[in-house]
Amino acid sequence: MKTVALIHRLSGVALALFLPLHFWALGQGLQLDAFLRWTEQPLVKLSEWGIVVLLAAHLGGGLRVLAIEFLGWHEWHKSLAAIAAAIVVGAGLAFALAL
Amino acid sequence: MNHRSETALWIAQRASAALLALCVTVHLVTIVYAVRGGLTAAEIFARTRGSVGWLAFYTLFVLAVAVHAPIGLRPVLAEWLGWRGKSREVFVLAFGVLLAWIGLRAVLAVFA
Amino acid sequence: MKVSVWRGDALGSLQTFEVPRFPSQTVLDVVTHIQRHLDPTLAYRYACRVGMCGSCAMTVNGQPRWTCRTHVDRVAKNETLEVRPLRNLPVIRDLVTDMRTFFDKWQRAGGHFDGRSTKADDFARIAPESAERKSIDAGIECIGCGVCYAACDVVKWNPDYLGPAALNRAWTLVADSRDTDSARLRAVAGDAGCHACHTHMSCTERCPKHISPTAGIAGLKRAVAKAEIDGKL
Repeated sequence: MKTVALIHRLSGVALALFLPLHFWALGQGLQLDAFLRWTEQPLVKLSEWGIVVLLAAHLGGGLRVLAIEFLGWHEWHKSLAAIAAAIVVGAGLAFALAL
Repeated sequence: MNHRSETALWIAQRASAALLALCVTVHLVTIVYAVRGGLTAAEIFARTRGSVGWLAFYTLFVLAVAVHAPIGLRPVLAEWLGWRGKSREVFVLAFGVLLAWIGLRAVLAVFA
Repeated sequence: MKVSVWRGDALGSLQTFEVPRFPSQTVLDVVTHIQRHLDPTLAYRYACRVGMCGSCAMTVNGQPRWTCRTHVDRVAKNETLEVRPLRNLPVIRDLVTDMRTFFDKWQRAGGHFDGRSTKADDFARIAPESAERKSIDAGIECIGCGVCYAACDVVKWNPDYLGPAALNRAWTLVADSRDTDSARLRAVAGDAGCHACHTHMSCTERCPKHISPTAGIAGLKRAVAKAEIDGKL
């Protein structure tokens, strides 16, 4: 459980650092073609995939916290960890296929 | 921070978390669909530019992020960097304002 | 088997002893053997030695446990053992910690029953199967051994954090309709209180009485939020 909570924290910190860049890049108001050419760069693709994985990890861990705090899930922590892992893997794969 | 403001922050964090769980899911599904579904760039932008619905959705998304991220960072700063007190609160608030600012700029750039 | 034992205070070090192996040996048996036959200056605590009092709690191979209920067979790695005092508490000497902070925090969390009824009043009627009572019963068996406190990361990171035991006890009282302390919710809210819990659940995983302080703390979070929304905090 501690590992899931730490992944949740670290992914949150990484997102807090990463998202401003994500917002800033989108806010550049690039013209359509220039924007699409820019998103084809490997580094950009890798970063966007990174954000998706971090988001999925953070979301999975966050759902665990909400379930514990509001639904009283205390015996089921192992299932919750599995849910968290599944979401991470699922989202990562989905986005990897999409790249 | 007194117990009442800590409680208010906890409530805001869980509320924004619930909202973000929805927003993030919609966002990820939309992005994956748009990229995989073979929508051309022109088709994507035709749907987003001038769309009041998407503009409203992403404005809400950005504001939820601007609430959730700073409140989330707060305990990390205290517990791992030993940063407590007024200066931490100021930094965290400033970070929220920054996120809202550049986030809304991005929303306008894509959807307006 | 080789047993490394912490000696001295916070600036001390590990000392290794060669201890005979017996069947059904507990870690408390091992520590007692060292003190009685190898080094009488070893300081450690125990009382009941049958898993009822919680006095013998120490860190065994990195995990906080009751040494009287820890069989060497189950925890020894390659016939070695490492025994240290409980974490997150000042070390007085060797395996003995200063538990005053632990109990002070219990007080600060309002960990005592505050009732107002007198002998002139009728009995309070609480159904044993009611949700209120079941929730309290799940957390009421705490004997204050300190294992959860030693296991908690937030206690390590935040010196003011009241900790899982104190907060769990506060929950059993907040949830009790006979208790009349309205200041307790204020005492357990804040970043030294329930809001500092990050649901790592180390407390729940380590508790020898199978209590889930995480559950009690979640109850406090809900109760505090409700009180704030109702304007009663």
